[in-house]
Amino acid sequence: MSGDLTELYQQVILDHNKRPRNRGRLPTATRVAHGDNPTCGDQCSVYVRLDGDRIAEISFDGAGCAISQASASLMTTQVKGKSAAEVKGLYDAFHHIVTTGEAPAEISDLAAFAGVHTFPARIKCATLGWHAVLNALSGDAVPATTETRAD
Amino acid sequence: MPSVPDLRRDFPALHQQVNGRPLAYLDNAATTQKPRAVIDAIVGFYERDNSNVHRGLHALSMRATRAYEGARERVARFLGAADPAEVVFTRGTTESINLVARGLGAALQPGDVILATEMEHHSNLLPWQQAARRSGAELRLVPVTGADAEGGLDRAALDALLTPAVKVFAFTHGSNTLGTVNPAAELCARARAVGAVTVLDAAQTVGHGAFDVRELGADFTAFSGHKMCGPTGIGVLHGRRELLDRLEPDETGGGMVAQAGFTESRWKPAPERHEAGTPHVAGAIGLAAACDYLEAAGLEAIAAHDAALTRLAYDRLAELPGIRLLGPRGPRGGLVSFAFADVHAHDVVTLADEDGIALRGGHHCNQPLMRKLGLASTTRASFYLYNTEEEVERMVASLRRVLKFFGAA
Repeated sequence: MSGDLTELYQQVILDHNKRPRNRGRLPTATRVAHGDNPTCGDQCSVYVRLDGDRIAEISFDGAGCAISQASASLMTTQVKGKSAAEVKGLYDAFHHIVTTGEAPAEISDLAAFAGVHTFPARIKCATLGWHAVLNALSGDAVPATTETRAD
Repeated sequence: MPSVPDLRRDFPALHQQVNGRPLAYLDNAATTQKPRAVIDAIVGFYERDNSNVHRGLHALSMRATRAYEGARERVARFLGAADPAEVVFTRGTTESINLVARGLGAALQPGDVILATEMEHHSNLLPWQQAARRSGAELRLVPVTGADAEGGLDRAALDALLTPAVKVFAFTHGSNTLGTVNPAAELCARARAVGAVTVLDAAQTVGHGAFDVRELGADFTAFSGHKMCGPTGIGVLHGRRELLDRLEPDETGGGMVAQAGFTESRWKPAPERHEAGTPHVAGAIGLAAACDYLEAAGLEAIAAHDAALTRLAYDRLAELPGIRLLGPRGPRGGLVSFAFADVHAHDVVTLADEDGIALRGGHHCNQPLMRKLGLASTTRASFYLYNTEEEVERMVASLRRVLKFFGAA
């Protein structure tokens, strides 16, 4: 296995892929959004229960590659308790990581996805769950699709 | 067929390292590599004869016209067509089917049925959805049978569906996802018996074995040059002459008009009728060179070679833990499509690429069928005349590493 691939498939990612966190439908969800990547058929639904403007509970559901599923799983662990603005801030930081490979020291878990930047075709996999949660928070009923939003 | 090592020397792109390993190109159902003879034919045209075709009276234009019309004759001969005028050059299979779907669709009305199958590529499904929407005709689909679609088309359902209300029967000759090869001659004959026009998607079969439009008997046949050693951007709609001459043109403009007036115009007969604008002259010449190359290699031999590799791949893949193989267990086209329970196709393809092996992962433009089979995506290996048993073995070894990496074996 080359350096690039072990960078891409970090232990954190393999672990989240094999043992996804917060997986399944959330019966108490107040917001639901669905994301899909028409190019590869990856799908991700995100279920959110808001408490005021903050995420009280979150889960995800879907099918796709290890990168997309691990990223959605990790995302759910990062956004709990956050407001929409804070989630957007995290997404921006994550997007910077997966497109440049540069990871600030303070966001160590998301940094596991830095290796994605050498595989441009996989950036959309990594951002799928994030698009879905942003859609859920904006109350947007339209499914998130990686083809109509920027990465 | 010349020996595979000899053939491989004709394909410059095969001789390269990918991620430090020799390239094993197993994505031929998506597009094939090009032999030197095809590349040279295209370069030669641009270096010597480049000019616009038809209407030109200078030397280069006459040469270009001769080469372009010569390519049409060459392709017609390759297909066993009665007349070169039955060969319309298009951008590829997709444009060919859209052209015929719009033309035939214009004559459909509510109560009419367009029949297709569940194993169609999006390019032989969506144009018919559009034709149905515009005309009020109904689109019906022949189901595939078996949990892994191993049973092919449901023949009992076909019997029930093929009624005189069916005006068009569009189906694939070889499935790009399942590897199923449909009995095209028999299906065309049965459709003809109820008065339906047949449209054959032959993208996966032309250039992959003996192919004769008169033996198969489809009214229209569509295929792409790039899946048979030719360039991208050129393809063919073959049609029976009287049907092509009646079919309303999809595009209008230069080159296709018999007499143009300020407010109305009359069209030329086929093939010009369906080739508005400057055609892809170099592409047609490249496609003709591909026909020469494949005929010299021997189409029966190519089919036998592909079948042997595919058999080997199928049997070796079947030994892998947790694998699900799609399509027929017996004879099939030169591809195998498979899924693992715990490893997604895109991860498979990314890791195999690390070993220099080019596979394809995804829904293969077959989303409704994948959904029916309970799959989001599969990995596909597809073979052609220059592939080797060693490449198949390398693929299987690589897949074993992939399964181990993800803890699935």
